[in-house]
Parts: sequence; C-alpha cells; structure tokens
Amino acid sequence: MPDLHLDGRPLCVAPGTTVAAALALGGDGSSRTSISGQRRAPLCGMGICQECRVSIDGVRRLACQTLCQDGMQVETQA
Amino acid sequence: MSEHADVLIIGAGPAGLSAALAAANDGAQVVLLDDNPLPGGQIWRDGAQANIPSQARHLRDSVEAHTHIQRHAATRVVAKAGSQALLVENPERGWVITYRSLILCTGARELLLPFPGWTLPGVTGAGGLQALIKGGMPVVDERIVIAGSGPLLLASADTAKHHGAQVVRIAEQAPLGAVATFAMQLPRWPHKLLQSFSLFDAGYRTGTRIVAALGQDHLEGVRLQRGNKVEELACERLACGFGLIPNVQLGQALGCALGNNAIQVDAWQATDVAGVYAAGECTGFGGSELALVEGRIAGHVAAGNREAAQRLWGERQRWQRFAGSLNQHFALDPTLKHLAAPDTLLCRCEDVPYAAVAAHANWREAKLSTRCGMGACQGKVCGAAAHYLFDWPPVAPRPPFTPTRIETLIQLESAAQSEH
Ligand SMILES: Cc1cc2nc3c(=O)[nH]c(=O)nc-3n(C[C@H](O)[C@H](O)[C@H](O)COP(=O)(O)OP(=O)(O)OC[C@H]3O[C@@H](n4cnc5c(N)ncnc54)[C@H](O)[C@@H]3O)c2cc1C
Repeated sequence: MPDLHLDGRPLCVAPGTTVAAALALGGDGSSRTSISGQRRAPLCGMGICQECRVSIDGVRRLACQTLCQDGMQVETQA
Repeated sequence: MSEHADVLIIGAGPAGLSAALAAANDGAQVVLLDDNPLPGGQIWRDGAQANIPSQARHLRDSVEAHTHIQRHAATRVVAKAGSQALLVENPERGWVITYRSLILCTGARELLLPFPGWTLPGVTGAGGLQALIKGGMPVVDERIVIAGSGPLLLASADTAKHHGAQVVRIAEQAPLGAVATFAMQLPRWPHKLLQSFSLFDAGYRTGTRIVAALGQDHLEGVRLQRGNKVEELACERLACGFGLIPNVQLGQALGCALGNNAIQVDAWQATDVAGVYAAGECTGFGGSELALVEGRIAGHVAAGNREAAQRLWGERQRWQRFAGSLNQHFALDPTLKHLAAPDTLLCRCEDVPYAAVAAHANWREAKLSTRCGMGACQGKVCGAAAHYLFDWPPVAPRPPFTPTRIETLIQLESAAQSEH
C-alpha cells in the first residue's frame, strides 16, 4: 500500500492507484490553476490534455500516467 | 546512449502487443514502448480498479515473457533523431532508439468539444471517466451524467455503475433511428464493447445533447437539450466525449500520408514511408478485434514474414465491415458545432475563448495571434476541436512532441553529429 504526501498531507492508497485518482482520494480532485485563475482537474484521463500535470518529487509529471509510489511528494499547482 | 531494434513499436494497446508478439515469433528483436505505466492501451487499461479479461492477460504475459521483446513503460516519443531513429524519454532518462522497421500503434483519443462550463473540475471525457475510475478514482454514490456520442458512453456508464455511481442520464446525440439500426446489427458482432450496449438503460436518451455544465468552482449540474425540451439535472460529475479520433501526430511528423483523418496504410499495413507501418486505431476506428489482427499483420510484415501476414487478410476484412457500420451510425449532428458560447474557452492551456479563435481564417493564423494550441497539450485537444468546428485540417506537430526535459533534448545534437 503506497504511502505518499499530497500537498503535504499524508495519504495511503491501494496498489495500482494513479496520482490522478489520489488527487480525488486525498483532496478536492483538482490538479492546477489555469493562466486565468481557474481551478482545473484531470480531463482526458489518458495522457493527452495535460490538465492533470502536477509536481511529483519536484518534477512536472502527468498525474493520470503516473502510479503512486511509497514516499512520493505530490504538489498540485497553486 | 542508444538502443537498436529490428522492429520498434510505439503503443502497447491490443495492436502494439499483438504486433510485438508476431514480429518476435518471426525472430525479430522487438522494442515496444508506451507512455502509460502499464501495458494494455485503452480497452485493457490496468489499474487499482481495473478488471482485465483473460485474453488480454494472456497476450500481455506472452509479451512480458518473450526473450526477443524489450518493453519500456512510461516512455514517450520526443522527436525524430535521424532517418531511422527516435528520441524517447521516460521519468528517469532520455535516449535514442534506432530501428530497421517502425510500427505505429498509437491508438485513438476522444474528441472533446468545448461547451459552456466544460473547464469545471468534475467534467471529464467519457472514456476519460472510465480511465480515471480504472486508475482508482472513487465514484461511490456520485450522481453522474454521461453525454456525447458513440458506444463508449455505454461502456463508461457500465464502469461507473459497477463502481457504485448513480448514472442519472446517458445523453447520446445521434437520433434514435440511427442508434436502433446499429443496435439491430449487433448480434452479428461478438464484440466486447458492445456487450454493454443496451438501449434499455432507464437513463439512455437519443437525440439529446449537452448545452452547459453548471457550477461556480466545480460542477453542480448539467443542462441538456432534446428537441425543444431543456432538462437540468444535479450531478457531481459529467463525462462527455464525441467519439474517437486517431492519434496521427507521430505518423504525420514522420511524413506518413493521411486519409480520412487516419494514417493511410496498404494491405500490408505499410504507410507510404518506407519501413514505417501502422496498425490499430491510429489507422481508423474499428475496435479491439480489428486492432489485434492488424497488429499481427504489421508485426509479421515488419519481420519479413509476408506469408503469415497474408493468411490474416480475411479476418481483417470481417472486422473492417463492422467499423464502417459504427462510423456511419454515430455521425455527429452539425448543431454540435455551435455548443460553445463566445466566451467559452476553446484552448484550455492558454485560456483562449472560442470567439477569439473563430475570428481567424485558419489554424495557423489563429495560433499566431491568440496562442491557441501553443500550450502544454500542443493543440491535441483544441486543434482537434478546431478541426471539427471550423474544418481546419490539423498540421504536423513540431518537435518536441511532448513537454520534454532539457537533458533529453541535448541528446538530439549528439544524434545529429553521429549521423554525419
Ligand atoms: C478513452 C477510450 C476508452 C475506450 N474504452 C473502450 C472500451 O471500454 N471497450 C472497447 O471495446 N473499446 C474501447 N475503446 C476503443 C479502443 O481504443 C480499442 O478497442 C482498442 O483499445 C484499440 O487498440 P489500439 O492498440 O489500436 O490502441 P490503444 O488501445 O489506444 O493503444 C495505444 C497506446 O499507445 C500509447 N501511445 C500513443 N501515442 C504514443 C506515443 N507517442 N508515445 C508512447 N505511447 C503512445 C497510448 O497511450 C496507448 O496506450 C476506448 C477508446 C478510448 C480512446
């Protein structure tokens, strides 16, 4: 059972859980703020739209194509 | 650092997996890469809440166990790196893969169209919702509306219900007559996707389209329209997709000719670029059975075994007829071109409204003056929407094809130097 941090809060998820799912399990589901200030969440679920991009251990990655791992630090984009 | 493959395959869905196995069994050294963490593509997407059929499991295990197949997960194609080489990147590193033959099995994505409120958190694609649920997103006791077009709406509804959601409405834009004709042909096609197809779901409505997603900071409800009747429903999620569009960008960038918005192939699954083949949904929508047989044909041909490939032509023809029927009956109604309001964002990366884009004569002009299509998704969402809305043909992407780390891009230079 991967243990990770989402915006500083601890979260434990089932194996095989994507970071996109973790955003909903441990937060309000949103991933980033758009350039005009709207909050956004995963849209396509399959690596195309880039709406779900978050910072994972300091690197920008797509939440929908990344599996949760032990010790991951996930930060949504304010 | 570089790697060599006799046959390099992009995409590990049904087409890519079956191509890899066919080519490897013919003796070729195969490299198979996919941008997802797990193999399977769309239909066999694996994850915390996924249920993979045994046929898929078997194919996946055979690929995993084969000594001639090297598989790279979470790996994307960044750029062309010479005449028969691609620069690729995974979360740890970037490298060049050279190849003798290349098979594109890049599949399809959903057509997502702009309508008021579509940027609200809570709104996803239809297949998008299914993919997110398979990845472990909880939907228990949520009220969900599914809208758009095609059999995928029902497949998505099925997944959502199975995971405890309440699907309050499925709104199909195609008219009842077309959907009924399609449904009547179904007994002829023992197709997985269609087993979930039922016109008798209590919430299923034909001739019904999305008007707006409602809410301030997140989705609170939807407005739907059927004929002159408008209906508002409260819900926590809206999943909306308008059918599938082939992922042709990589093929386009390599110079492959397109036809019908898909990568054009001959009877050998060969594109018009020497040594480059394509199979599965990047060559047109047809479902997983067609993708599987096309993949096997391409794999055999790329490995030099034309006899084995030719023996599969009959099987392919059968599934092609099914694809034709599907495309005909779920044709999009022209009213969908007018879903967006002037201030509805068309480009979600650069927040460019519909009216700003519509004021231009073509995509190039719109891009240069509004920045639409120049953000992180590189026009994969808004460019496809603009193609449908304004008939602006999609242009070949420029490298890097995906947001890429500098350290990876630097390798392009050394690849160019070693060419000379
Ligand atoms: C969202 C969605 C949901 C679907 N759900 C169903 C369903 O429930 N039932 C059903 O019968 N059919 C479904 N389909 C139809 C389905 O696509 C086909 O039946 C089948 O999966 C097609 O197989 P394929 O191998 O051609 O492509 P896909 O399965 O789409 O596989 C293509 C793979 O290539 C990867 N890829 C693409 N480009 C690159 C690149 N540049 N670099 C690296 N990797 C890349 C993709 O991420 C994907 O994993 C769905 C389609 C979509 C788009």
